Amino acid sequence: MAEPLAWQLATVTAIKPETDRVRTFTLSLPAWRPHRAGQHYDVRLTAEDGYQAQRSYSIASPPTRNGEIDLGIERIEDGEVSPYFHDVLAKGDLVEVRGPIGGYFVWEPGLGGPLLLVAGGSGVVPLMAILRERVATGDRTPVTLLYSSRAIGEVMYRDELERLTGGSNGVRVAHTLTREQPPGWNGYGRRIDGPMLTDMLTGLGAEPLVYICGPTLLVEAAAAGLTDLGVAPARIRTERFGPTT
Amino acid sequence: MDEPLMLDANAVAGELLELFGMDLTPMVHCCANCGNRGPIGTLRAWTYGPGVVLRCSICSEVVVRWARIGSDVRVDLRGAAYLRMAPP
Repeated sequence: MAEPLAWQLATVTAIKPETDRVRTFTLSLPAWRPHRAGQHYDVRLTAEDGYQAQRSYSIASPPTRNGEIDLGIERIEDGEVSPYFHDVLAKGDLVEVRGPIGGYFVWEPGLGGPLLLVAGGSGVVPLMAILRERVATGDRTPVTLLYSSRAIGEVMYRDELERLTGGSNGVRVAHTLTREQPPGWNGYGRRIDGPMLTDMLTGLGAEPLVYICGPTLLVEAAAAGLTDLGVAPARIRTERFGPTT
Repeated sequence: MDEPLMLDANAVAGELLELFGMDLTPMVHCCANCGNRGPIGTLRAWTYGPGVVLRCSICSEVVVRWARIGSDVRVDLRGAAYLRMAPP
């Protein structure tokens, strides 16, 4: 039987801004173990008076980097943990983590597809891990990512997503910007709805495997929209992040 | 109920790990109220109260709930007709 997961002290080895509000934190783990795409780590902060705050953050990196992980963390204005990461934590600092956790919202090539990934805001992080896993394993499962953001400045991993699409590698990425679009924008410019989901389902066959991650209300709307279009609920996996920031 | 605050059981997978010693989210449960069967990961989690409540995604009844009492945790599984726990 595998060793039970325990809290461990991770060292911050890199901090990279992805957008104004999201950063990727690279952590080096003394008791690293390989994770599955879609899993997360729990992070715990302890104040001097003993008060503890705990949050879960999705792993962005594929499990091929031995000993370290990337966590994608959005700064929530009145959050208890994310402001500490963004405003205080620096390279070399230690932070208590536990993981990897989550056996349900995960994907690996053996689970099949075709895949429809639907992301809202920082919900793209675990779905990016899934895309990176697919690329790292050389898997050819057709995958479509529908990524909803408020504006172009909030889109994460833009260059990498552009590099992944096109050609005959079976990866399609569609963006929708719900609040404002830059001049010349030729993606979607509205919230996820039935016609948009119908477009996404085209070419994914009759029984795609769906992963939806983001603010709770977006996840609800996308899941309901897909079941209305005939996707079986058992083929839809969701990870709600809670209220929109 | 405040819908935007609802999460998936995923979000409390770490706590479930502490309570049960294994990741319960891929394990199948049967709702004692409506009979729906599915992975624990499909339950809806409410974490903003004094404990954690996991509700059935079909009928919204409580399937699992727990609350800390001092250093103990009181777990109520009456909302689950059964849990099917596969070996790790």
